[in-house]
Amino acid sequence: MRAAVTVFRREFAAYFSTPLAYVFIVIFLALSGAFTFYMGYFFDRGQADLQPFFVFHPWLYLVFVPAVAMRLWAEERKAGTIELLMTLPVSTTQAVLGKFFAAWAFLGIALALTFPIWITVNYLGEPDNGVILVSYLASFTMAGAYLAIGACISALTKNQVVAFILAALVAFLFLTSGLEIVLAFFRSWAPDAMVDIIAGMSFLTHFQSITTGVVDLRDVIFFGSLIPLCLFINKVLVDTRKGA
Amino acid sequence: MITIENLSKRFGPILAVDHVSLSVSRGEVLGFLGPNGAGKTTTMRMITGFLSPTSGTATVDGHDVTRDPISVRRLVGYLPEGAPLYGDMTPAAFLNFIAAMRGLTGAEKDGRIAETIETLQLADVLHRPIDTLSKGFKRRVGLAQAIVHDPDVLILDEPTDGLDPNQKHQVRNLIRTMSKQKAIIISTHILEEVEAVCTRSVIIADGRVVFDGTPGDLQRRSERHNAVAIRLENPQIAKLRDAVSGLAGVDRVEEQAEIDGTATLVVIPANGQAILHELSACVRESGVPVEEIQTERGHLSEVFRRLTIGEEGRV
Repeated sequence: MRAAVTVFRREFAAYFSTPLAYVFIVIFLALSGAFTFYMGYFFDRGQADLQPFFVFHPWLYLVFVPAVAMRLWAEERKAGTIELLMTLPVSTTQAVLGKFFAAWAFLGIALALTFPIWITVNYLGEPDNGVILVSYLASFTMAGAYLAIGACISALTKNQVVAFILAALVAFLFLTSGLEIVLAFFRSWAPDAMVDIIAGMSFLTHFQSITTGVVDLRDVIFFGSLIPLCLFINKVLVDTRKGA
Repeated sequence: MITIENLSKRFGPILAVDHVSLSVSRGEVLGFLGPNGAGKTTTMRMITGFLSPTSGTATVDGHDVTRDPISVRRLVGYLPEGAPLYGDMTPAAFLNFIAAMRGLTGAEKDGRIAETIETLQLADVLHRPIDTLSKGFKRRVGLAQAIVHDPDVLILDEPTDGLDPNQKHQVRNLIRTMSKQKAIIISTHILEEVEAVCTRSVIIADGRVVFDGTPGDLQRRSERHNAVAIRLENPQIAKLRDAVSGLAGVDRVEEQAEIDGTATLVVIPANGQAILHELSACVRESGVPVEEIQTERGHLSEVFRRLTIGEEGRV
């Protein structure tokens, strides 16, 4: 536990050791704002809620989270520091968790810094702050799911660019599997059960139902099991590929 | 402290380490020699638990490296090949991280870090990013992280690689000082280093141990062990050569020209026996004036070459 916390601290500090972290956060805030106002018609809708803000998060994370996740293991393998880390008295699981939570905390900070939009909507009207809180939690959890996938893929390669592109690609599959256009393609030949499974893997469907204020146990289970599963695969990948 | 039995590691079709057995006890400094790719690094990686062995066992102070890796890692200080470091950290932050990972806390941690900084003379660069440091400083930061928790077992993969002669000297002194209370394995391809710091040397080639003994034993294996080199004016050389060739115990005499116009006769004894006395008497008798007479202890590099590319028919 102590070792995991120490890894967490180092990783978290590592994000802020270069100006990159601040650039990331600024871009994230600028994009989420731009999407909300220009594409989500925040003002034109005339409704005091944050739907137009949250609806773009799955798409924003598609680019943003792999960028945060790509360095987690690829950098260690490239620089050879993985040999240093994995010969310290720390288990692979502890290292995986320390790194994951550090990156997740970084994403949490970026997300928390969007708070002016919450102030804005409260100033303009009387939104349901319960729904907003749940939506924030859901958005944060979804970011964790993207991150777990990205961390996993980062452990596969020494090249951060490859890690980024692969993670974005896999995340894209998870995202679009709920779109009607994709499902229609499968529906024409695949059995219904399979279509349901594909639809059920989509971040989009699970996330959207939560942001409307409906917390379905299935959505919670989905994200709650996807993250540990990815982290377990991450651990196995680190164990088997660290020396390669 | 360290016991390795029949340790093997296979990477696909390549057998990188082939049934290596050795043991190192406290107070010993084992010099691990071998050509590049012989399996030194792989063996060290298995002892530190970074790689798991294909077969065989390695234990450190009774803890098996595969079954109880965390206990092993706690006992071991390790400098991996190339001394990888987190380049974006400063040495201060980095050592603090390593010490924390090693379970040191509070005053003990600060004390150990301060001592390590002192030992490796890192005070001047403590707050500069590691990426910006010179190669010598990076290597010293790498050594610092290996010894910060004062481990019982120290495994150093090429600790003096990239250091200048003064720094090499310092690091060797450091290893010698620490050697009394620790079991140390260093890998190197610098042969003088073995003579300078090691109590034992192991040569490995193609994954197999081809020599295990003291550096002295290694020298005795040289055919130039106890050879005598005589430097003299060039024109006289034939006369002396004829005189010494006939001596008992002399295997053969080699001749080499020196840059300054003199020449050196190297008298190689049969079976490494001491021939200096007979030889000097013979030189006096011949009446040839000589500039210098020197006994050689043996060329490690020659033995090394012979053992690793071998008369045993290995390529």
